[in-house]
Amino acid sequence: MGPRLPMLLKDAALTAFVAAALGLFIVGFRTVDVGSTKGLAFDYQFVDLAVAVVAIFVGRLGLSFAADGQRWPALVLGTVLGVIGASPVRLPSSFLHWFVGLAGLLIIARTLWPSAEQAIDQAKRFPQGRRFGVAGVRWLAWILLAAAVILPVTPLGDQKTMDLGVLILTYVMLGWGLNIVVGLAGLLDLGYVAFYAVGAYSYALLSTQWGLGFWAVLPLAGAFAATFGLVLGFPVLRLRGDYLAIVTLGFGEIIRLVLINWVDLTNGPAGIGSIPGPTLFGAVFAEKAPPGGVTFAQMMGVPFSGTQRLVFLYYIILGLALITNLFALRLRRLPVGRAWEALREDETACRALGINPTNTKLTAFAIGAMFAGFAGSFFAAKQRFVSPESFVFIESAIILSIVVLGGMGSQIGVVLAAVLLIGLPEWFRDLGTYRMLAFGLAMVLIMVFRPRGLIAHREPSVRLHARAGGGGG
Amino acid sequence: MTATSPLIDVERLTMRFGGLVAIDDVSFSAQPREITAIIGPNGAGKTTVFNCITGFYKPTVGRLTLRGDREYLLERMLGHEIGQQARVARTFQNIRLFPGMTVLENLLVAQHNKLMRASGMSVFGMLGLKRYQRAEAAAIEMARAWLERIGLVADADREAGELPYGAQRRLEIARAMCTEPRLLCLDEPAAGLNPRESAALNQLLVSIRDREGIGVLLIEHDMSVVMRISDHVVVLDYGRKIAEGPPADVRRDPAVIRAYLGTSEGSHDG
Repeated sequence: MGPRLPMLLKDAALTAFVAAALGLFIVGFRTVDVGSTKGLAFDYQFVDLAVAVVAIFVGRLGLSFAADGQRWPALVLGTVLGVIGASPVRLPSSFLHWFVGLAGLLIIARTLWPSAEQAIDQAKRFPQGRRFGVAGVRWLAWILLAAAVILPVTPLGDQKTMDLGVLILTYVMLGWGLNIVVGLAGLLDLGYVAFYAVGAYSYALLSTQWGLGFWAVLPLAGAFAATFGLVLGFPVLRLRGDYLAIVTLGFGEIIRLVLINWVDLTNGPAGIGSIPGPTLFGAVFAEKAPPGGVTFAQMMGVPFSGTQRLVFLYYIILGLALITNLFALRLRRLPVGRAWEALREDETACRALGINPTNTKLTAFAIGAMFAGFAGSFFAAKQRFVSPESFVFIESAIILSIVVLGGMGSQIGVVLAAVLLIGLPEWFRDLGTYRMLAFGLAMVLIMVFRPRGLIAHREPSVRLHARAGGGGG
Repeated sequence: MTATSPLIDVERLTMRFGGLVAIDDVSFSAQPREITAIIGPNGAGKTTVFNCITGFYKPTVGRLTLRGDREYLLERMLGHEIGQQARVARTFQNIRLFPGMTVLENLLVAQHNKLMRASGMSVFGMLGLKRYQRAEAAAIEMARAWLERIGLVADADREAGELPYGAQRRLEIARAMCTEPRLLCLDEPAAGLNPRESAALNQLLVSIRDREGIGVLLIEHDMSVVMRISDHVVVLDYGRKIAEGPPADVRRDPAVIRAYLGTSEGSHDG
């Protein structure tokens, strides 16, 4: 290290100084409400700040070592931070434990990354390695599916995990639906949540007003959402790229504003409550059966438990998500799927080949909307309450980032991205308001290490030659 | 020339962009089983003629009649209908393949309309019916036949964007041919090719004319290509037709010589 060490120290000190200057006002002081008469008072958190600044100094030094190719000092610093983060040494807040620990892990990852990358590169050069990559993705899919199916019957399947599982699977399904529009057809849709809202309100209204059941409304909700997709798509799909994105963004907001303001129909911002949940062969999931009905517990002759309903919801959304997936995979191998991908690649060339761009885009838009409608009616049945607040722009943005970060067009990538982006913030829930940092961190990590998405590999929809060495299509 | 009626009649075609007259009152015809070349200095309006024929521009004035199973008035049709119904296929000056899709997929997308009908607008295809599977197998067979003709069978499962430049040019022609066109419009297919690739291209174009028996409309800068393979030449300059006829006659035409020598030779940079 020798002569470069002073330079690296100076750089780290400068970084720590910047962090201290910024953090002094953001972290160092906090206003607390001390009652209506006395107003606000300052709460000082200089110890937190000092710990963070030291961690930043050490972290920056570690990163500089890693960038300089000095692996051992970097690893030592990373390990020290990691150990402090995980150790029972009392830092002022649990957030700082996470902060310091993750910083240590990141430095270690950064140090080891070049050699890992080299190894991956080398593996790719051999045909076995490449085949392993493709087969690996397929195995990963089966393993994830098996894990998802047996999760509720394992000891892990407690209430919290089931709740999280339902949430993640809902986003997986939405991601798969949007993947048809964005990943395959290349239409940037920023208002996808509008179709989700149409599905949710379809079920909410039809069940509370007309007494229709979940299974009867499910196809209707899909049809309504698809119709909305067609109605919106027809005028706007001649737009391309940014313009289409802006119009779909606007459409998403229009739907939300209509839901807020059309009080007669939607009950406005107060939302619609007491929506019945889905039934299994007529049996409801509740402690007491409605007049003339039976509960699931009575039907099966088992004691009532709150998780039964959750497990049932879990399997419904798992089934719906798998249907979405199979549908999308099948369509991709049909002429219409190939036309979607061709449109994404070059619309002008498509037109020259006699492909009707408007119709082809409309089918993608409507089918994507249909799955959002299914997911929406599931959402309403799960929450038993819908209000316009659930369908804000940030939902569209989250679904879109799941698709983009997963790797556009990759089905398994959507699953991984949904687990990362939805699961991480939930697991970090004890961090309180800082937990959205985990969301940001997940995004940044994916962008840095996998700029083309988690799974960037595209499997051809059809092959002329069997893949070298077999393996099948 | 022949007793049969021409494949396409371009009559009094005029295209104005605001004050700029890109094509001014141009008429010519192209016969089936012939290669008709459109030549002219840079900016003469050759690509604009193509864009009018293939529906990318709506002509300001003029009538474009294509004779197939019936007469098609191209100027009244939408862009994609010209490919779908009148069956005019084209390639582009700057290659426009689907670079992220494989070579084979590129050729299957070209057979979209046929396959779409066979898949019952995707319904039969979703159900996995035999009828669609047979149609897809036939489409793959047709793609394979074209890949054999352009020498790319071994590359069928590679991404089209990975192919070398010359192979991409050939693939774009094969893709256009997979739409089973009546008229094939090629916009500078020899641009950027080395002499050997250029000779192979000539062979391919002649074989398309003789075996498929369709009409070929060709924009070309490379005079050696034009003189060797075309049956009929139309010369444009500043948006007007200045000469038309067999290649040997056009070459001696004083107006053509003036147009080419009058603009500096340095402008022939492709």
